Amino acid sequence: MLIVKPQNFQLPAPLPLDCGRELRQVNIRFETVGTLSPSRNNAILITHALSGDAHVCGKYTETDRKPGWWDEMVGPGKAIDTDKYFVVCSNVLGSCAGSTGPRSFNPETGNPYNLDFPVITIRDMVRAQKHLMNHLGIRRWLTVIGGSMGGMQALEWAINYPDDLASFVPIATTSQLSPQSIAFDWVGREAIKYDPNWQNGNYSADRVPDRGLAAARMLAHITYLSDESMSRKFGRELQDSASYSFDFSRDFAVESYLEHQGRRFVERFDANSYFYITRAMDYFDIAARTGGDLAKAFAPVKAPALVISFSSDWLFPTSESRKIVNALLKNRCHVSFCEIQSGYGHDAFLLEVDALGGMVRDFLHNRWKELEQNG
Amino acid sequence: MVEAFYADQNDRRDLEIIAELVKPGHRVLDLGCGDGAFLRMLKEQHGAEVLGMEISQRRIAECIANGVPVIQSDLDDDLDFAENGSFDLVILSQTLQEMRRPDQLLRRIVRVGKHAAVSFINFGHIHCRLQLLLTGRMPRTTQIPYQWYNTPNIHLGTIRDFRHLCDHLDINIVQETPIGMRFPLLTAKMPNLFAVGSVFVLEKR
Repeated sequence: MLIVKPQNFQLPAPLPLDCGRELRQVNIRFETVGTLSPSRNNAILITHALSGDAHVCGKYTETDRKPGWWDEMVGPGKAIDTDKYFVVCSNVLGSCAGSTGPRSFNPETGNPYNLDFPVITIRDMVRAQKHLMNHLGIRRWLTVIGGSMGGMQALEWAINYPDDLASFVPIATTSQLSPQSIAFDWVGREAIKYDPNWQNGNYSADRVPDRGLAAARMLAHITYLSDESMSRKFGRELQDSASYSFDFSRDFAVESYLEHQGRRFVERFDANSYFYITRAMDYFDIAARTGGDLAKAFAPVKAPALVISFSSDWLFPTSESRKIVNALLKNRCHVSFCEIQSGYGHDAFLLEVDALGGMVRDFLHNRWKELEQNG
Repeated sequence: MVEAFYADQNDRRDLEIIAELVKPGHRVLDLGCGDGAFLRMLKEQHGAEVLGMEISQRRIAECIANGVPVIQSDLDDDLDFAENGSFDLVILSQTLQEMRRPDQLLRRIVRVGKHAAVSFINFGHIHCRLQLLLTGRMPRTTQIPYQWYNTPNIHLGTIRDFRHLCDHLDINIVQETPIGMRFPLLTAKMPNLFAVGSVFVLEKR
């Protein structure tokens, strides 16, 4: 059993943000697994998705019920092999899982920021990760890899710090959030606003807007699945009884499942963080910086890429990955692209461990071999 | 290593001919690159900068293992990421006959490539002609082992057909290397009758 330990890193200086403000006393929660090699060429940064955290693999104690969120991909002997690589995963800025976020204390007032917290961007998250990289004495990542919002961070790394990574692997992601996704984010946040506990973000720890947050999560969770996976998993099965109740309590298995997902989510996630992180994704639009020209936006990229999409992902569909691939090819970047056949929808990046893991393992091995040979 | 590669490829004389065209620093695009072993060889032995395109997920995984950059594509891709003449060589080896519109693909590859190397299966070979003539049934050969109803080769043609098509598309044939089975002299003299295939090097007129 792999046992890991969460660690904290306090940024030495205030962090300037895209919105023009800066954040003081930023803490970054992170975990590391494996050993940094003497030549320091085996470090991998894993970037997590909307509701993820620094706990990517292993357990904190032997008795933990569940391992980290990508435990099937990351660990000793696995696709991202921690016997070979030094894996770093940090919790994003704005989150509620250890890094500074809207529920952290504002050093100026001594109270939680709540909605006084500055609106952050994906690039701000990456900026904080860059400080962590320096702190850990890593000169260059062997790769930066992540799915969904994690893939957005991988793209930001490749563009903003082109010399600091030897490759990147954006999975099930996009170069700009689509209006449809912005719409889903909006409805999710509206659901939280309607919760009387929300209090414009100034809720107390014992009266949190859990019903609004659960509704937001249920809505979002539908977008992570596919029609096919829901049909296969639930069909029109009824949960508890053999016939309809003829009222509006839950009848269907799929309703029960969503209810369960919502309930579990509010145990570990914070409503204000949900606001800030979804907003960061809404604002994500790489081509906007170069007048809508995505190829131009990717011009600084030097590292080879492996881009992966999943056939049934309708949240960040294959067409979005192809835009990224074409823009990288226009810059004559080394890029590989595969659409993995899967029925799991967007969540496939967490579930298609065999197909995804095989490609990632071989891609990483070849990049690592190149670094070994060329220094 | 090179010898081992060709031995593995089951006597793919066409690939040997194509490899001779590749010089250090060349940018090479292979459409339908399979497991990427050929591109890997071009990269490691010829110093080429390579890119493959392939439709099968399994093959793509093999390309990645071979360290060859590969893009999933059904080759109906319009290749709009590539500027005119941005590749020194575009390779299409024994793939043209499987395409829905070989003419459109040829147009695209001579646009993005300074040269294109097309290895072509010759349906005008004497075996094919004799089978059709004597048995009255569609020919089956070692190269084309399928039945007419299940073959992926939906656009078979002869060497003469191919030359006509190139002319029609304003494509110059820079080099033509017929590949024979047994009779080298006859193959060279009458390729459309005695060559099982041919490697054409093409450029835009």
